Order: sequence, then structure tokens, then C-alpha cells
Amino acid sequence: MRISTFLYTLRQGIVSIFKNKWFTLASIATISACLFVFGISYIMIFNVAHLVQKAEQSVSITVFFDEGLPEEEIEKIGFLIEDMKNRGIVSHYDYVSADEAWAEFSEKLGENAQGFTENPLSDSANYQIYLNDINKQAEVVDYLENSVEGVRKVNKSELTASTFSAASMIVSYVSIGMIVLLLAVSIFLISNTVTIGISVRKSEIQVMKYIGATDYFVRAPFVVEGIVLGLIGSCIPLVAVYYIYIIAIKFINEKMAFLTSMFTTVEPLDIFISLIPISIAIGVGIGFFGSFFTVRKHLRV
Amino acid sequence: MEKTKKKSQAKDKPVILLEHVHKSYEDGMPALVDINLRINQGEFVFIVGDSGSGKSTLIKLLLKEHTASSGTVRVSGYDLMKIKRKEIPFFRRKLGVVFQDFRLLKDRNVYENVAFAQRIIQKSERDIRKNVPSILSVVGLAGKYKANPKQLSGGEQQRVALARALVNKPDVLLADEPTGNLDPRNSYEIMKLLEKINENGTTVLVVTHNREIVNEMQKRVITLKEGVILSDEERGGYIDEN
Repeated sequence: MRISTFLYTLRQGIVSIFKNKWFTLASIATISACLFVFGISYIMIFNVAHLVQKAEQSVSITVFFDEGLPEEEIEKIGFLIEDMKNRGIVSHYDYVSADEAWAEFSEKLGENAQGFTENPLSDSANYQIYLNDINKQAEVVDYLENSVEGVRKVNKSELTASTFSAASMIVSYVSIGMIVLLLAVSIFLISNTVTIGISVRKSEIQVMKYIGATDYFVRAPFVVEGIVLGLIGSCIPLVAVYYIYIIAIKFINEKMAFLTSMFTTVEPLDIFISLIPISIAIGVGIGFFGSFFTVRKHLRV
Repeated sequence: MEKTKKKSQAKDKPVILLEHVHKSYEDGMPALVDINLRINQGEFVFIVGDSGSGKSTLIKLLLKEHTASSGTVRVSGYDLMKIKRKEIPFFRRKLGVVFQDFRLLKDRNVYENVAFAQRIIQKSERDIRKNVPSILSVVGLAGKYKANPKQLSGGEQQRVALARALVNKPDVLLADEPTGNLDPRNSYEIMKLLEKINENGTTVLVVTHNREIVNEMQKRVITLKEGVILSDEERGGYIDEN
């Protein structure tokens, strides 16, 4: 294909955007509306997932040792936990010695702790283990209790673990459901908008075909138009959603400070680094496939 | 002598050949019945007949907009019963088509409407700048290349459509009721232009209802009635069926 032909089809696509103003506005508005709702949902899902993950990681397993277990045996248990960390099962862990456990507890007791001359928690040295995935808790506890020598007791919170597992599962299902629903709605809307736009230009397509235009030549300007509309339609909601999120973060931090102790919002950059390419890909994809398949119906002349 | 012989041989070559062509639509009604037709290169032919006689179906078969139910349809070297879908655009470039309603692109000026046909066959900008003014002067619109179709009279719009149909130098020009929307004076001028085009070697096939023009021009006339060829006369006239 000649470069001049390629440039011509490109130019026709761009010219058509300005020529068919109502069609352009309707298409951009449809794509923008869909991607705006998608962007807001994405941010909410991202934050809920972040909250669930944070909460999951704050749930710990406490491993207590057999009475009088020598230091080197405790260290061996530490190596096993380190190994689980290397394999991505454990997020992080802390060793709490008997003295540290008593110091922390006596602080809570205040004056009542002064009567003790010896450490009453001498058997309370432990490892606090935080997992990456709360679903692995039962497996890790079983391993520590039954396969590791020197472990006396493992404390865990079964209820918290199952609650967070269920919560993260619900978030996943809701997000998949919303995205599927939004895509279906947007494809339906775009197909309708393109159909209306193309019916106006049906005679133009007919003339092209009678003169001997190939399907490519007829389709290319429409596809260029669809891609550009998709691109514009995806950028507008991205900017809007970005500023809305910034305002929301500011509002939460200023007016709802009590929430920040249990909930921190995700940094905009962390969300938009994935939201920008996803939104643009969806917008351009809708524009491309919407125009490609709708024009196809009119090519059989 | 040799040149004259070659020219004569070319003239005897059928550019349109239909043999035992039948066409029925989905409702089973026959639109064309056992059509046999041979049109040689350089001929000027009128196709006449009442509404429903099969004229439009015949044009649609020749444009490969429809396919015959059976028979042979050959146009400009292409077997239209066997042609592949992807070859159709290249086949249509051998034809020039003119319609009753002109079918110009309203958002483009005269020059761009004609240049459009050249762009479709991927002519270079240099060729387009040479060919478009040349064909516009043939149809007498060289001075109006910047005008929008809406600013032109019906006759002028049909001239633009003719220029667009001719700019790619087609073998055959199919004109479907080219004077249907024109007054007698403009109709006459368009026909004179078609005659001039024909004299330059292009085969011209005109579907029309215009009795006066058919009778005056004394060309080959094929009359269709209810899907059958009623008559095919070398220097014929419009048969009055009433």
C-alpha cells in the first residue's frame, strides 16, 4: 500500500471526527461514561483489596516453645520460618524473648507488676509470624504443630482468618462481575452509537464499493475514527477519576481522620500505573472492534 | 491496414456476455428469464423497459451486486459466476457507474469527488493532479472544481458523476437512468457527452425510460419485458407497449 493511501485513510478518519460532531460527541460520551464507572469501581476495588490485604497481614500466628528449650533449638525454628519467608508464605516475623514479653505485659499492669521479683512469663518467648495469604494459615499452623520439634503451642485466630478469606473472595467476585457487566454494557452502547453513525454514511460506503474500493479502504477511516474516539473517550474519565480520587483522599485525611487508624488509602500512582493502560486498552479496543464489526455489516454491496 | 484489422478484432470482442441467465429472488419470483446478450467493445446500447421488466436486476448482475441463479455472466474478462469476493473491487474498477441520483459525496468538492475514484485505485498525488483537471475539462466543469455538489445544478452534478466514473478509464460505462432527474436540455447534453465518451472507445450501456432520447439517438436498443428480452435492434427505437 502506498504511503499516500495510508495517510489519506488516516486523514479521512480524523476529518470524519470533526465532520460528524454529534456522532463524535455521542461516542466519546458513551465510552467516557462506561470508563468513568469502570475507573471508580477499579479504585474502590483496589482500596478494598488493599484494606483486606493489610488486615490479613496484621493477623499473626504466635509460636510458643517447649519449656527450657535451648537457644540453638529456638534458632532452628527461626530458620524454618525464614525458609517459609523465602518461599513467599510468610510476610515477616518477629522474635519476642521472655524478657520482652514480660516488659510489654508489665507495662500494661503498671503498679501491679512491682511485686514480681522473677519473670513470671519465663516460658513465653515466641515467634510472631505474619502471613502473606491468610488462606495458608491452617496449613502453616498444622506444619508448626505437628512437624516442628520444640513447639509447645501455636496461637491463631481461626475466625479472623476465615472472615478475611471470605472478604477477599467476595472482593474478587464482585470486581470480576462489575467489570464483565460494564464491558457488556459499553459494547452494547458503542455498537448502537456506531450503528446510528454508520447508517448516516451508508450511501457513502455504497458509492465507495461501486467505484471499486476494497473493504480495507472503506473500513480504514472508520477504524481510525473508532480508535481516536476510544482514545479520547478513555483519557477524559482518567483525568476526572484522578482528580476525584485526590479530592476523596484529601477529604478522608482531613474530615475523617478517625478512619486513617484502620484504613489507609492506596497511593494514586499505585492505582493509575495499572488503571491508565487498562482504560486506554479498553477504550481503544471498544473503538476498534465497535467500528470494525459494525462497518462489516455494510460492506456487502 | 494491420491497425484497422486489430481495431476491428477488438470491436468484435464481447465486453459483456450473458448466456442463458436466470435470476430469481428469494420469494421465487423470476426477475430475468433465459437472457442471452452480447455487447462488444465500443458499442453504445440502450436498455429500456417498464418498471419491473428486469432492467435494475440486469444492472445489479453486471455490477456483481447480485449473482445470477444460473447461466454465464462475463464482464470485462471476469467470470462473475466464479469471481472471488476479494476480486470484486478490482473487477469494478473496470466499470464506470452513473446513477439517477448522482451519488456524489456531499462533503467534498468537485475535485475531491473525482479524485476519490483515483485514490481508491491508489494513484499517486501527481497522477491525480494531472488526471482530475483533464477529465473535468472533458465534461465541461474545469472552472468549477472547487464548487460543492450542493452549489451545482442537476446536470452539472451528473457531469461530476460522469467524470468520477471515467477518470479511471473504464472498459464499460453503466449509466442507470442518468437523465431521470434532469430537464430535457440537460438530459440531451448528458447524452451528447455519453456519445462523445463512446466515440473515444468506452462501451456505454444506458438504462433509461427517456423515449425521446432513445428514438433520437438511433443506437442499439434492447427492450426488456417481464424479465425477457422482447427485442434487440441495431438502430432501434423505444417500443411503445401500449
